[in-house]
Amino acid sequence: MMPKLNAPNAVAALLCAALVLLPVYSAVTGNIFILTLFTRIVIFALAAASLNLIMGYGGMMSFGHAAYLGVGGYAVGILAAEGIGSGFIQWPVALAVSALFALVIGALSLRTRGVYFIMITLAFAQMAYYVASGLSRYGGDDGLTIYKRSDFAGLINLSDRNQFYYLCLVCLFGGLYLIWRIVNSRFGLVVQGVRSNEQRMQAIGFHANRYRLVCFVIAGTICGLAGALLANNTDFVSPAVMYWTRSGDLMVMVILGGMGSLFGPVIGAIIYLVLEELLSQFTEYSGIILGPVLLLIVLFARGGIMGLLGRMRRA
Amino acid sequence: MPDPLLRVDNLVRRFGGITATDNLSLEVKPGELHAIIGPNGAGKTTLISQLTGQLMPNSGSIHFGGRDVTRLPSYKRSRLGLARSFQITSLLKDFSAIDNVALAAQAHDGHSFRFWGNARKEPQLREAAGAALERVGLGKRANVVVSQLSHGEQRELELAVALATKPRLLLLDEPMAGLGVTESARMVALLKELRKEVTIVLVEHDMEAVFALADRITVLVYGRVIACDVPDAIRRHDEVKRAYLGEQHAVTRHG
Repeated sequence: MMPKLNAPNAVAALLCAALVLLPVYSAVTGNIFILTLFTRIVIFALAAASLNLIMGYGGMMSFGHAAYLGVGGYAVGILAAEGIGSGFIQWPVALAVSALFALVIGALSLRTRGVYFIMITLAFAQMAYYVASGLSRYGGDDGLTIYKRSDFAGLINLSDRNQFYYLCLVCLFGGLYLIWRIVNSRFGLVVQGVRSNEQRMQAIGFHANRYRLVCFVIAGTICGLAGALLANNTDFVSPAVMYWTRSGDLMVMVILGGMGSLFGPVIGAIIYLVLEELLSQFTEYSGIILGPVLLLIVLFARGGIMGLLGRMRRA
Repeated sequence: MPDPLLRVDNLVRRFGGITATDNLSLEVKPGELHAIIGPNGAGKTTLISQLTGQLMPNSGSIHFGGRDVTRLPSYKRSRLGLARSFQITSLLKDFSAIDNVALAAQAHDGHSFRFWGNARKEPQLREAAGAALERVGLGKRANVVVSQLSHGEQRELELAVALATKPRLLLLDEPMAGLGVTESARMVALLKELRKEVTIVLVEHDMEAVFALADRITVLVYGRVIACDVPDAIRRHDEVKRAYLGEQHAVTRHG
């Protein structure tokens, strides 16, 4: 299938090209900082994309999504601290634990709707935060330093800046492709149908919650992968990655870029983290600028940046 | 006499102090079009919701095709062949007409834990959906988003969605609600066709339509059945006349 040529798709394509070529630019100009920044952005884009799957497509407003960043990160960190450095063990464990965590949280919180769902997911994430703070063997409050990045038996060297960046990018593109397939599949249509009208979906024969739960687990697993990447990127994992403000950041990225658009979260992550970086050079309180920007987007550009781009042609 | 397709025995449903369904019993024979009428607040929609499983009764039982479905959730009843349309149109508003119908077909084609293939390109789902849309006269509007359809078209789409689940029993909750004269006439013509294929329970305010279509009519007042008979007998039934037909003050008083 050829995607239609319109403003959002054109922007998405350009952005992909730019992300692919970024290390070249970095090498030519000797600007290492931009590569470091965008490695972080790509990882958060993956996390935001996974949140978009449940929030944008599934209508499940999870306010605890950063918990999976922590779960994936701690899986890598704890295994590393215990002397298991192989990525072939660390990463599957990170994904499995994230999936399991999502299964438990989802099974309990999906009994509720609306505000209660937001609150219960938030509560679970905060519980994870405090549990991690209590892990004194693994750094407790101060977090856990990872002395050696995941080892993939010489296949890829995660300590190499460029290789690591491309690994993150492959994970992002892979995640987006997976989400795209899911969203258009039978399963994806059911999940979106439930978002639109749950009663109707039950009436035509769907057990709505079963589909919502599986979707919730898929999103948690993808975010767990982002967590494993993030821990490797910072060589460090701490309870702070699970704090509720982090979950809020992810939500803001999704809303900013455009809920329910495949590429929205990527744009959201780029704008949010670049703005944060730029503003932090001038002020400690970057929220003073970021807050109003988000307000404007929510008030005047429903559907986020992608929604805005989509309307450009019709206007 | 054939076994009833649907049998309701002594159904009771209370909301606080109000008994919305009061010891109600009812039989629907295979192949008939069974109309349920009654003044506003007689408990018609409450009854339909219990039949489809959106609402659980306090006591009593519901048998469908010889099977006790009283405690079965709605999605399971749908799989047994019980379909409903909603009085207040209840569709997936941000989906196209054909997507709405295709999802109904999909619901009855095995589980939907299929994550990879593009569901909008599955010929058998699209064809089934297209056929159901043609059936109700919406063939040309297949790709229009529901929120862009007229009210009448949405009513027809409700019907197409119900048909796509290949029901054995179709519960129609006021399919004529809010339709203009020509749209109503189209709907009556459509129901006349459909009744040849599927057993229908029709809840409707439009008396002309009910008497034109029904094989039997059940009259509800305050959640109770006060009469159940062929249309001609209902027309002559004293209690029904008093409670409902032709006595507008009775209707307003109960409303």
